[in-house]
Amino acid sequence: MAQILIKKWPRRLISLSGSWLDKALLLKIGIIFSAIIYINNAWSIELLNVSYDPTRELYKSYNQAFIKHWQNQTGEALTIKNSHGGSGKQARSVIDGLQADVVTLALAGDIDALNRYQPLIDQNWQSKLPNNSTPYTSTIVFLVRKGNPKQIKDWDDLVKPGIEVITPNPKTSGGARWNFLAAFAYAKSHYVSDEKALQFVTEIYRHAPILDTGARGATISFVQRELGDVLLAWENEAYLALNEQGGDELTIITPSVSILAQPPVAIVDKVVDAKGTRKQAQAYLDYLYSDEAQQIIAKNYYRPTNPVILAQYAEQFPKLRLVTIDEYFGGWQDVQKKYFDDGAIFDAIFEQINE
Amino acid sequence: MQRTLSKKTVRIIPGFSITLGFTLTYISIIVLIPLFCLFIYSTELSLANWIKLITGKQFLIALSLSLTTALTSALLNAFIGLLFAWVIVRYRFLGRKIIDTCIDMPFALPTAVAGIALTAIYAKNGPIGQLFSIKIAYTPIGITLALLFVTLPFVVRTLQPVIEDLPHELEEAAKILGATPRQTFIYVILPAILPAWLTGFTLAFARGIGEYGSVVFIAGNIPFKTEILPLLIVSKLDQYAYEAASAIGICMLIIAFILLFIMNLIQRRLNRAIVKVR
Repeated sequence: MAQILIKKWPRRLISLSGSWLDKALLLKIGIIFSAIIYINNAWSIELLNVSYDPTRELYKSYNQAFIKHWQNQTGEALTIKNSHGGSGKQARSVIDGLQADVVTLALAGDIDALNRYQPLIDQNWQSKLPNNSTPYTSTIVFLVRKGNPKQIKDWDDLVKPGIEVITPNPKTSGGARWNFLAAFAYAKSHYVSDEKALQFVTEIYRHAPILDTGARGATISFVQRELGDVLLAWENEAYLALNEQGGDELTIITPSVSILAQPPVAIVDKVVDAKGTRKQAQAYLDYLYSDEAQQIIAKNYYRPTNPVILAQYAEQFPKLRLVTIDEYFGGWQDVQKKYFDDGAIFDAIFEQINE
Repeated sequence: MQRTLSKKTVRIIPGFSITLGFTLTYISIIVLIPLFCLFIYSTELSLANWIKLITGKQFLIALSLSLTTALTSALLNAFIGLLFAWVIVRYRFLGRKIIDTCIDMPFALPTAVAGIALTAIYAKNGPIGQLFSIKIAYTPIGITLALLFVTLPFVVRTLQPVIEDLPHELEEAAKILGATPRQTFIYVILPAILPAWLTGFTLAFARGIGEYGSVVFIAGNIPFKTEILPLLIVSKLDQYAYEAASAIGICMLIIAFILLFIMNLIQRRLNRAIVKVR
């Protein structure tokens, strides 16, 4: 109802002003404005890619590559802008009217959410690009202190006495939801029964002294504040932290089982149709699957979906058993409802911990 | 003739209708319409869900945490702020101007920066944190500390002009009439500064309830333990539960309104009492 009200106001204002402003004048202003917009458009076409936090470096290099590629192919000069922030927050900005041509978010659930109030995006968006619209994947790994003093090798080691685990709050962080599911995936593959798996995950959260609101916050707590013994992190974030620290303060540990994190990409249909940028936006996402882009992806520590290029970086991406969301959890919408909604499993875990 | 003249001269700024019109339009756009929309959003939540939300354990614990930390910090700041204001106004010393300027720093500093800095200092291995045997960061003590920092200027800045206006003669007269320093404070100074003091306290308290940026870094955000009410709103938003988020917002608004209203009532009483005494 609020949306309807807000939408109606501007129209009413225009009709009011028409009565005391010369209509011809309004027309002139309109023509000048549209001329400016037209000239601007002819000058250069601008795309806005609304993404989440850890892709900042990735898209910085990818945008350069794509602009060059597009210029060579069509002679058209493109400007690409990027916006980064928490995945859920970014989705909300698009819902509230941020004119994103493409969204490249942390999880499919956040892209599904775009249609919450009005259809912004085709319902079958995920089948429109290869690999469920995921040009790159990642997983959850452990980051431990230099030399691994607490001998943390796999998930079981996290629940040993005296170990402190740093992970953000799944309610406010997309990355934290992946951490939760990674732990669950391990527990389920190990203990089989749901009940025992839940006990294991509860035990892990018992070892969490704090829950930051986002993945970056958790990384700061672990690296700068030197809190805890192990950080559950995106593989690419872990490598970035390693690079910033010079590599001799921290060590990456890859567990035996983890979750296959699939951050998908999609065109925001309503925006590209209004702006007339569908062609460019489509090419922008398609090119993510090209060899050049897949190389850039690997260099930024995301796992490329092209198996040949993934093999070239085998040293950087150790093999482990990767469980998909669909395999154990049955899609994002179910996951959100079953685990993270109010009164769902995550809340129950903390109710139990505080008893 | 004279009456109309005097009526005209009362208005220093010309154009009553324009200025009032501007005021009303401005307050509508900036304050009333957003608040109204908040109410509309929250009406999308059914009554049953409303009740479930505000009787939930998580909400109640977050509410009491927010209220107690805001109250503690506002009370502490009331006394620290009085001391600060007194020192700055009454004494001349080297660096007074610098201290005076420093007091406004929490206003200018992004609250997230303050939060990160405080956490770094008061964490277990931080330069101050390691001096204490108890944990400060990631506990309600840490939250109170962040609020102390953020709300410091309110009390100082509301008291400062009042203390500046306080004539020295009053204290001298009290002294000559044989009042002890304590009596001078309680019967002469306190009544004069009390209304401003209460205002500063109320502002600090209200700000403390709503503060988010600095607190999330030092709170630790453990559900049922160190989760403040504004964080609950953010977590609702991240679940796209706009209605629930605005419902919590409304609850905070109502609490803030009631508090401010009570404070205003007390102040009015006080003012009347002071006028009577005089």
